[in-house]
Amino acid sequence: MDRIPILKMGPYLLVTIQVDLYDRLALTLENDLINMVSKTGARGVLIDISAVSIVDSFMGRILGNIASMSRIMDAETVVVGMQPAVAITLVELGLTLQGVYTALDVEKGMELLQTKIGIIEDPEDEDEEVPDDDTV
Amino acid sequence: MNNTAQLLQNNKKRILEIWMQNQLDDEALRDDLISNEELRRQSEELLSSLASATASGNVENIYAPEYEPVTEILTDISITRARQGFSPRETGMYVLSLKQAISQVMENKLSDKPEQLYKELNTMHRLLDNLSMVTFDTFIKGREEVILRQNDEISEISTPVIRVWEGILALPIIGTLDSARTQIVMENLLQEIVNTGSSIAILDISGVPAVDSLVAQHLIKTVSATRLMGAECIISGIRAEIAQTIVHLGIDLSNIKTKASLASALQVAFAMRGVEVRKSNKNTGLNLLR
Repeated sequence: MDRIPILKMGPYLLVTIQVDLYDRLALTLENDLINMVSKTGARGVLIDISAVSIVDSFMGRILGNIASMSRIMDAETVVVGMQPAVAITLVELGLTLQGVYTALDVEKGMELLQTKIGIIEDPEDEDEEVPDDDTV
Repeated sequence: MNNTAQLLQNNKKRILEIWMQNQLDDEALRDDLISNEELRRQSEELLSSLASATASGNVENIYAPEYEPVTEILTDISITRARQGFSPRETGMYVLSLKQAISQVMENKLSDKPEQLYKELNTMHRLLDNLSMVTFDTFIKGREEVILRQNDEISEISTPVIRVWEGILALPIIGTLDSARTQIVMENLLQEIVNTGSSIAILDISGVPAVDSLVAQHLIKTVSATRLMGAECIISGIRAEIAQTIVHLGIDLSNIKTKASLASALQVAFAMRGVEVRKSNKNTGLNLLR
């Protein structure tokens, strides 16, 4: 049976969904992901759905479930790369995914996770490279 | 071949003359919109096709195949007239004045046979009344097409997505927001967010005349969709009366960022992006420190 790989990156778990989610697959993902959170003690979960073009209410609920479950286990969830059509569909279905953080792409999602969890790696790093009088 | 058809066929020239005369005498003649030659050409075409259609013996059913050329010409005339800006009355009178012309000729020919005259007139009137109905139908259809096209154009013009800064989009909404327009606005905005990778969108509703619960619903939908995409949405341009209606209607906008003006929304957006706007020491122009 198909499984969606879950990658561990430091304190984060990374999931990229490259196929259209059918119900069984979504349930398996939910199960696997929560088990991984508990096993690794991850602090953040990043789900990339940029390749998902079809979504239904079930899938919307699964995403919400994953977020709620992770929150209970002290991990934040960020969903990144939602397609416009998917966003419109979810809104029309009345699923606004309250409690799920969203970001435009993986990079921004990672940034968001870092600020949410409070791990900021070398916060001064970038500021030092840009001199103060560098105005545009 | 029945009498009406024969009469039409034999007196085509004379009917056309009277008809043209009637039209030219009419005060409502729009010689600014259509030239006399053009009018004569149209009329002649219509009359000959009518004559050949009646020649088939059918003077009742204008939806029969032999009337197709007639209705086609009429449709053509009314649609062009609708586009040229003729009033419905003028277009209707065009067909009805033909009725007058034919009646006149019939009266002359059949003055000694009143019974037959009555019958013939009756048939002919019914036929032309039907034809004038066709004119009205198509005239209104033509007008509606114009309106639909304008509608499309308006909705296309009035939903531009502007990139005001790196990562900040602005979308001024002008005119009433209905479901169809919200859909267009939402799609445009979301697509533009993907294209530019923007993380903040400002919806400016200064140009929206009134906000009722439906419009508010649409706004909330748009904001939710933007949020799902991973961007923040700020609604700006809320006037005093709009704020009043929103509160009176009991619409909850508490989880949406709202600002009174586009300027203050921009300020918030800059703060979120970590952009600072300050006066330069050297000159009075604005310098932006990143």
